[in-house]
Amino acid sequence: MKNTRWIWIGLAVALAVGGLLSLAASPRPDGLERVAEDKGFLDRAVGTPLLHSPLPDYLFPGIADERLATGLAGFLGTLVLFAVGTGVGWAVRGARKARERGA
Amino acid sequence: MHIPDGFLSTPVWVAAGAVSAAAVAVGVARVGKNMEEKQVPLMGVVGAFIFAAQMVNFPIASGTSGHLGGGVLAALLLGPWAGTLIMTAILIVQAFLFQDGGITALGANVLNMGVLGSLLGFAVYRFLRRLLAGTRGALISAFITAWLIVVLSASLAAVEIALSGTVPLRLALPAMAGIHALIGIVEGLITAAALAFLLRVRRDLVHPLCRPYAPQAAGGAA
Repeated sequence: MKNTRWIWIGLAVALAVGGLLSLAASPRPDGLERVAEDKGFLDRAVGTPLLHSPLPDYLFPGIADERLATGLAGFLGTLVLFAVGTGVGWAVRGARKARERGA
Repeated sequence: MHIPDGFLSTPVWVAAGAVSAAAVAVGVARVGKNMEEKQVPLMGVVGAFIFAAQMVNFPIASGTSGHLGGGVLAALLLGPWAGTLIMTAILIVQAFLFQDGGITALGANVLNMGVLGSLLGFAVYRFLRRLLAGTRGALISAFITAWLIVVLSASLAAVEIALSGTVPLRLALPAMAGIHALIGIVEGLITAAALAFLLRVRRDLVHPLCRPYAPQAAGGAA
């Protein structure tokens, strides 16, 4: 397999964006949150979530420094998506190969 | 524009979930049939990059921010079905790991940002790209498509929330479409910039059906 360097460059760029550039993210509400606030239905969002996520609001738990917590959460999430994305591709492709063998 | 739990009524989130589940099922079948070896790691890289880029909210007028959706960008690199699958993976991870977007609203969010972004986005882009040949035409097509998809996604989200009886449509629709007409400009710029960069350095990573349209074999202008 020649030239797989682009994979690692792409992942490095993604990690830099998720782990570093994310620290510069605007804290303002996003489009939907703004509309929900303006039109008075923001309180309809379920106060207690149905499920407790390990890293709510993109903050790594147990870290007082919010910037570090955001950076770590972004770094981790980016790695997770790299693994999940590659895994999904692999699984879907693998299923096809298995079918071809079985046929 | 990740919809949280509580904004959607049960019939609406069930219906949206059913549509999304059907699209994902078709996607799994289609991707399994067509995927090239190279696309396996590309799915990982595209998933990682779009997730990361979604974290970077940029300020928009009047105390509001926006962030990349990425559905069109995913389709430009992976094609419509693999793009839908990777957007779905991103939204699942965001909902379960980061509490961004509701669990019951997951199907609606996949429909709005994944299915609409990658499937409709792919079709719109391909249509425009034929009208606007060459590299410049492809970049303009990418910008217009990404802008349009953001506005349509926001409008669909407004319809879902209104159908749920959370807020009247006449309030939600203009507000959502209006704000996202601004956010969509940035989405369009990022999408076109990413496409321009890849066409320059690694043209082969752009989906074969999304490369600039060349009426003669000579290749695009610009």
